[in-house]
Amino acid sequence: MNDTPPTIMHDLGGAPRFMCEPVDVSPHALTDFDREVDAIRQILGQKKVMSVDELRRGIESLPEAQYFGLGYYERWLRSICAILLEKRVIAEAELDAALEAAARDTPC
Amino acid sequence: MTWREADSATLLAGLRSLLAAKSIASADEIAERIRITDGGGPAQGARMVAKAWTDPDYKALMLADGARAAELLDIPMRGLPPLGVVENTPGIHHLVVCTLCSCYPRAVLGYPPFWFKSAAYRARAVRDPRGLIAEWGTELPAATAIRVVDSTADYRWMVLPMRPAGTEGWSEAELAAIVREGDMIGVTRPRA
Amino acid sequence: MLSAGTPVRVRLDWPETRGRCHIRTPHYVRGRPGEIVRHLGDFPNPEDLAFARPAKPVALYHVRFRQADLWPAADPWPHPAGDEILIELYEHWLEAA
Repeated sequence: MNDTPPTIMHDLGGAPRFMCEPVDVSPHALTDFDREVDAIRQILGQKKVMSVDELRRGIESLPEAQYFGLGYYERWLRSICAILLEKRVIAEAELDAALEAAARDTPC
Repeated sequence: MTWREADSATLLAGLRSLLAAKSIASADEIAERIRITDGGGPAQGARMVAKAWTDPDYKALMLADGARAAELLDIPMRGLPPLGVVENTPGIHHLVVCTLCSCYPRAVLGYPPFWFKSAAYRARAVRDPRGLIAEWGTELPAATAIRVVDSTADYRWMVLPMRPAGTEGWSEAELAAIVREGDMIGVTRPRA
Repeated sequence: MLSAGTPVRVRLDWPETRGRCHIRTPHYVRGRPGEIVRHLGDFPNPEDLAFARPAKPVALYHVRFRQADLWPAADPWPHPAGDEILIELYEHWLEAA
């Protein structure tokens, strides 16, 4: 056995934390949110704006609470935003402004 | 608000509008991509399995070059990751997992199911595969070994399950109808 | 180029302790012995792609491991002699055994 390797959050093969957790085998329908995030990721890949490798790296870089607390496509979305900001495809000020506008448009 | 504090729906709305404003991804492009992706699903892989069960040459091609076998059945594969196919035999049962993330043979099976992406599946598949497939009621004969395929790199993997007894003389369409998503990942086995 | 049947050992290395990286070699095989099944082709190194760096093609292999070589003998879950794991590994993670 490998003695005391560093804990790498996403590297889950055989992770003791989850070995006794039951699997939810029931079907879970995808939401519109899920489909849209998935589609955006594909388009960014096709247009060579962001690769799947960058997506994975971004997900692996999330704080642990987010990695295990967010839904699958919520993690994708946060990774996409982080990577696009890092690569200066979008600017933080632009994104914050777009969020303000989106929040105004969304009924509470 | 900064983007780190935003809720997911707001964050998506903001990203969507930015990508459109910058001509990176328009609403039409997103809608089209959703439409195309929704058109895929396990039925594609099931057609391949049914053909492999009835046509030894096709089976050989599927095991040697999964992408070309898929394309022969009009499943688009250009620009997509290579497709690896592993064959179940009476002596060996395969189980596919991606322990590091959720790599899945989407081109032939569609979106990955919730359970495939779960921490429990990713953790248990490589260390307790028999206990894991028991969650689906799957129990293998004692003489059957398990070979877990962890999708760690560029290939995407699917299982060619064994053809069940009681299907002699069935048409490809009848055979395809009994092949489920789980059969092509290895958590279940097809039944007539 | 490693041929089918060649015994190999996965490097016991933890680049994660030395800074930001993206590694596709699961921890549970690092330092473990395996055997080459086949060469799957050459692909750009994802460790570089993940940071948008120029990525050289690296040979990718399918490598088999015996479950019994990966997990403790005292594991609560059975690891019969015939049970295996197949993993895709890049050449720079493999050493002659």
